[in-house]
Amino acid sequence: MSSDLFPNADTPPLADNSRRSFLKQSGGILGLALAPPLASQAERLTAYSKVIQGATDITLRVNSQAHTVRVEPRVTLLDTLRERLDLTGTKKGCDHGQCGACTVHINGKRTLSCLTLAVMQQGKEITTIEGLAKGDELHPMQAAFIKHDGLQCGYCTPGQIMSGVACVQEGHATTDAQCREWMSGNLCRCGAYPNILAAVREVASQSSKG
Amino acid sequence: MDTEPQFFETNAAPGVVGQPLSRVDGWAKVTGRAKYSAEYNQLPGLVHAVLRTSDVAKGRVTSIDASAAQRQPGVLAIFTHENLPKLAKTPNNPEDQKAFASSPMSFFPMASDQVHYAGQPLAMVVADTLEHAQYAAALLKVNIAAEVPTASYLDPKATSYVPKSVKGTEGVTKRGDAQAAFRNAPVQLTATYHHATNHHNPMEPGATTAHWEAPDRLTVYDTTQGVSETQKTLAAMLGLATEQVRVVTKYLGGGFGCKAWVWPHVVLAPLAAKAVGRPVKLVLTRPQQFTGMGHREEQEQTLRLGATKEGKLLGIVHEKTSTTSPWDDYAETNSRIINMLYALPAFESTYHLAKASVMTSTSTRAPGDMPGSFAIECSMDDLAYQLGLDPIQVRLLNYAEKDPTNGHPWSSKSLKQCYARGAELFGWSQRNPRNGQTRNGKLLVGYGMATASYPVHNSQGNARVRLYADGRAVVQAGATDLGTGTYTIITQVAADALGVPPQNIRFELGDTILPTTQWSGGSTAAGRVSSSVYLAAQEVWQKLIKMAVIDRKSPLYGAKAADVVMEKGRLQLKADPGKGEAFGEVMKRASLSDVEGTAQGRYGSIYKEPGAAADANMNKEEKDAAAGYSMHAFGAHFCEVHVDPELGTVRVARWVSVMSAGRILNPKTARSQVIGGSIFGIGAALMEQTVRDPNLARYTNADLASYHVPVNADIPDMRVDFIDEHDPHVNAMGVKGIGEISIVGVTAAVANAVFHATGRRLRSLPMTPDKVLAAMRQPA
Repeated sequence: MSSDLFPNADTPPLADNSRRSFLKQSGGILGLALAPPLASQAERLTAYSKVIQGATDITLRVNSQAHTVRVEPRVTLLDTLRERLDLTGTKKGCDHGQCGACTVHINGKRTLSCLTLAVMQQGKEITTIEGLAKGDELHPMQAAFIKHDGLQCGYCTPGQIMSGVACVQEGHATTDAQCREWMSGNLCRCGAYPNILAAVREVASQSSKG
Repeated sequence: MDTEPQFFETNAAPGVVGQPLSRVDGWAKVTGRAKYSAEYNQLPGLVHAVLRTSDVAKGRVTSIDASAAQRQPGVLAIFTHENLPKLAKTPNNPEDQKAFASSPMSFFPMASDQVHYAGQPLAMVVADTLEHAQYAAALLKVNIAAEVPTASYLDPKATSYVPKSVKGTEGVTKRGDAQAAFRNAPVQLTATYHHATNHHNPMEPGATTAHWEAPDRLTVYDTTQGVSETQKTLAAMLGLATEQVRVVTKYLGGGFGCKAWVWPHVVLAPLAAKAVGRPVKLVLTRPQQFTGMGHREEQEQTLRLGATKEGKLLGIVHEKTSTTSPWDDYAETNSRIINMLYALPAFESTYHLAKASVMTSTSTRAPGDMPGSFAIECSMDDLAYQLGLDPIQVRLLNYAEKDPTNGHPWSSKSLKQCYARGAELFGWSQRNPRNGQTRNGKLLVGYGMATASYPVHNSQGNARVRLYADGRAVVQAGATDLGTGTYTIITQVAADALGVPPQNIRFELGDTILPTTQWSGGSTAAGRVSSSVYLAAQEVWQKLIKMAVIDRKSPLYGAKAADVVMEKGRLQLKADPGKGEAFGEVMKRASLSDVEGTAQGRYGSIYKEPGAAADANMNKEEKDAAAGYSMHAFGAHFCEVHVDPELGTVRVARWVSVMSAGRILNPKTARSQVIGGSIFGIGAALMEQTVRDPNLARYTNADLASYHVPVNADIPDMRVDFIDEHDPHVNAMGVKGIGEISIVGVTAAVANAVFHATGRRLRSLPMTPDKVLAAMRQPA
């Protein structure tokens, strides 16, 4: 397997809301109880909302629009999108970060919205599948999924498309093997993988030309 | 109808049927606008229900302390076996069951204190938010007097028995004297095959949203493959008339058989909604999905195959042992495909069951034929190897020119062409006839193939077509689209049948207010719904022609109705095509904005037979006899694997499938379905298994991190081709369906390739690295 499937040692650390740093961060939260609190981490968690218990109003910026929504701290970004903002394009397949159906972009990075809490995402730019097209003009990735039939039931599709867009931006769709690897966090039970690959690779080749 | 409806023939000027149209529902799905059953958030006062399920596989609930849960904010109701409203009819009562159209097991939880399987619903909490309901459900203190469960047929406590019947097949069936044929055969092969428990795991979990619009009007948005079966079953259980229940499924996030049935949560949601007086949404969690909507049972099959020295089959004796629930005699009918796939003079099959502390297993993509094909297709490969024959050669040697089970001719069969085309596309001639001889660096390379087949089941259903004078049309049938492409293919059929472009067609499905049609399953939907729509369009033409020939202003005035045909939206004389007019003209003169047609489409051997002679309730033998033909789709899969002899990993490197399944309505969506079925089968071959703890009878890996389904990196380039068939016997459209056949034979093709690569025969699925390494330690 070629080395481009894995991040280089000198790749900058993943941004805050990736799955990996979430785990790191939850480790840190657990650590608060055991060791002197890390001021920066505590600040990060409470910077936007001083209320840390019970339902509270927060403002989320989703698809370039500000939404004020009342949530408890335990409410995930996924359930906030689906159950409070009626942005049901983002899907819940497992609720445990195992299937990728809930993938959204936070500050341009792909993020599993079931593994992050809504209160943590204040002040950030959240993009969901509903925010990808410009009016009636589909994003090239959406058009490529239709063209290559990169979907059947459509339930994993929003997550696949959000991952696909990010995969191209990350530069992880330069070969078939690399693209397969970096699209493997998104499960598709209908088995549209070869068509998903074709769609993502086509958009990647267009982007590199453009 | 005045004239006999004609079989759908491709016109000289072809339309869109058979063209690779992109999915008409693609736009809704890629933009996130497609609304699935858990996404009807606009219902007034919608609240959430959460299930609390049992950690214990067997026992009795001694108490459920709900006091802490009840004190939680937002909690509206808590249901247990002590206060759940009674059902009018319940699956627990065999008499009641007769009123149901789709009840998957003879048990309904929360009707008593009994616990029969881990994951059984014990309580349901309804609250204003999902988080409140989840937390309150976690606070319930459940006490269970646990008993020692039986985990599976492999449990020493399990007693096996031969049931009277499984799924309509007798527990023991005999055709000729297979025992003697085997005993006297010059070549005898005996092998036992194991198949792990598999779960469907559609990406969309089971979900039901129930809304009582009035005390006698219930609307349910449900993840179901059959809205009318769910409607009928729910109505019976809730004590309503069928028409008082409406079931809606506009988009379904995969099904694969598990969404074909009314599982307990589908009934619990309306009960909760009625009690709290508000619409209720109940969504299964992923772990609950593993114990909420059935599974493919773990099983073993022993195949004893007798053949001549030349490789011709003489007889097969097949035995299957599997686990079933405490209440049902359920097993996939593996014997069906083994009985019919080759020219086999004698066959005997016996089903053994053992009851364990599990829910009833259920239909899973190509039930029976999928695991059955693993056994027969590995054994055929063994036979080829033992006799020094090419695997395709041994299959051609035993090619069934007619159905060996009843002697009937096939309605159509193009399997030879599938073998030839598949071998050509794959490069089968490059295969080294000897096992374990082909390498790519340190990897062992193997080629394998297997035959696929799936029957044309009987089904019927209605459709309505409304053609407007402006050339647009609304087409309706209460079908469901599991992601299979129903929206798209029916749009194509309607467009051609009406002679208008596909963008003028709006096809509506997934609602019981639409014409009733049967569930989408068993590969019946494409043939049945397309036929219904095509015939309904014929009725529209019949009405228009009748109007034209008595209309003095029509160029067709005075013509015989039988002499008028429709060509691209124009009514014209068969003998003189210049004489005619557009349908819109006829409607305008009659001051009609539209004309409607309805029809019942039939699929399988009941097609063309009058209702009195054959109907959907007849058994398979009666129907086949009525039709005079046996109806099956056929195909072949070809596979290249790379096996790492040090790590035991198996990777599928190349894949070719060639299918012959009657008319292919849309090669683009059909190809996707075949790829999808193959990938589902590759998962079963290499990685999928749900493990039940032998002591606790609880799944140890009920989530998508530890139940491995294939990911993109597991799947190579795949090539699919179709052998087009003209089959006027299966239905008016000549369609056989491809959803199920695409998985049949897949596990065997992979296992045969592993055998070719390593010289080791793996007979236990999935072929995980530990099993491969263990086999590599044995002599080839």
